[in-house]
Amino acid sequence: MRDVNLFDEHIPRLRRYARVLTSDRAQADDLVQECLARAWEKLALWQRGTDLRAWLFTILHNLFVNDLRRRKNHPELLTLDDEALDAPRRATQEDGLGLRDLQAALNRLPLEQREVLLLVGLEEMSYAEVANTLGIPIGTVMSRLSRARERLRVLLNGAGPALRRVK
Amino acid sequence: MKNNSPVTETELHAYIDGHLDDARRAAVETYLATNPDEAERVRAYARQNEQLHTLFDSTLYEPVPEALRMKPARRAPNPLRYAALLAAAVVGGVLGWVLRGEEPLIVTASLPQQAALAHVVYAPEVLHPVEVGAREEAHLVSWLSKRLGAPVRAPHLSDAGYELVGGRLLPGEAGPAAQFMYQDVRGNRLTLYVRTTADSNHETAFRYAREDQVGVFYWVDGPFGYALSGELERPQLLRVAESVYRALNP
Repeated sequence: MRDVNLFDEHIPRLRRYARVLTSDRAQADDLVQECLARAWEKLALWQRGTDLRAWLFTILHNLFVNDLRRRKNHPELLTLDDEALDAPRRATQEDGLGLRDLQAALNRLPLEQREVLLLVGLEEMSYAEVANTLGIPIGTVMSRLSRARERLRVLLNGAGPALRRVK
Repeated sequence: MKNNSPVTETELHAYIDGHLDDARRAAVETYLATNPDEAERVRAYARQNEQLHTLFDSTLYEPVPEALRMKPARRAPNPLRYAALLAAAVVGGVLGWVLRGEEPLIVTASLPQQAALAHVVYAPEVLHPVEVGAREEAHLVSWLSKRLGAPVRAPHLSDAGYELVGGRLLPGEAGPAAQFMYQDVRGNRLTLYVRTTADSNHETAFRYAREDQVGVFYWVDGPFGYALSGELERPQLLRVAESVYRALNP
């Protein structure tokens, strides 16, 4: 018998977000699992009627940031080839270069900008929801979003003519 | 904001993300039509959104591993907790026997301890929380009635937000006892412990006891002693206990 699971509908999105943050399937699912375990523990703190998705993303964000901090304090845990990323599975020959560039460029954004960009662009949260999820003022959301998009654009353009799509 | 006011950076982003009303969207489009560099920048940003989806949406359609769908066991069973409850149950039993002349204590002395013990044993159980599930409710009820020697009922508590999970037979002090388990949408569980009392046609008010984390409301009504246990605060548990009472005394 399976427990009725309040979080079920949010799991695919949490997995997607974690997958982008970590660039690693197993690590991402570990992160989501830890997030859900924490959410069950802290469920009493969730205000019924408030945004459950934002609450779950907040927990995931905090876990990820704490984990990064721990790794920074223990450099032996850091992976050196953070930018050696797997080629995206769904990329076709035609759009492969552009998409792979995007993933590499994403990983070169500061985490705080990357998170805002993903919550807006991928999660399609409103700016207020992003502010709520990350616990920052909405003005900060806008400035990070603006910087993230511009930085990404420059990185993608600056990848050099060799990496431009030839058509 | 007026429709002819200058377009801000924030509005360019809101345009890309579809958060603008019609009037301001039109204003942004007018602005972009006359500023090709800005239009190119906005297109590049919009393309980023599309590419994010192309790259990462496949994760949404992957089957979710079962490990992520399971609610983790609430906490590791603590042997000391069981021991303490068991000791309390024994003391309660002895006390009940010693004071057996003094109604109504005898009827209920060990009831909350027994119920709380049964609750902490079975409520965290993931694989086999009940012996007979709610789908076989009729069978469950007739079986337990037969074993307890009086007609038992499994109250429906949907109004209080709890659904019947099922029930099981337990050894009571003076004979068999029954436990019904309920669960809300969050997976929180309550148990209703039912056992026969020596003296039927007796009735007591609700009483409250707390065993560690477990709150228990218990009462005697006719041939049965009832105890509702759960890890809830007293007022919330009382609310459910009242639903139980109402369901049993329509």
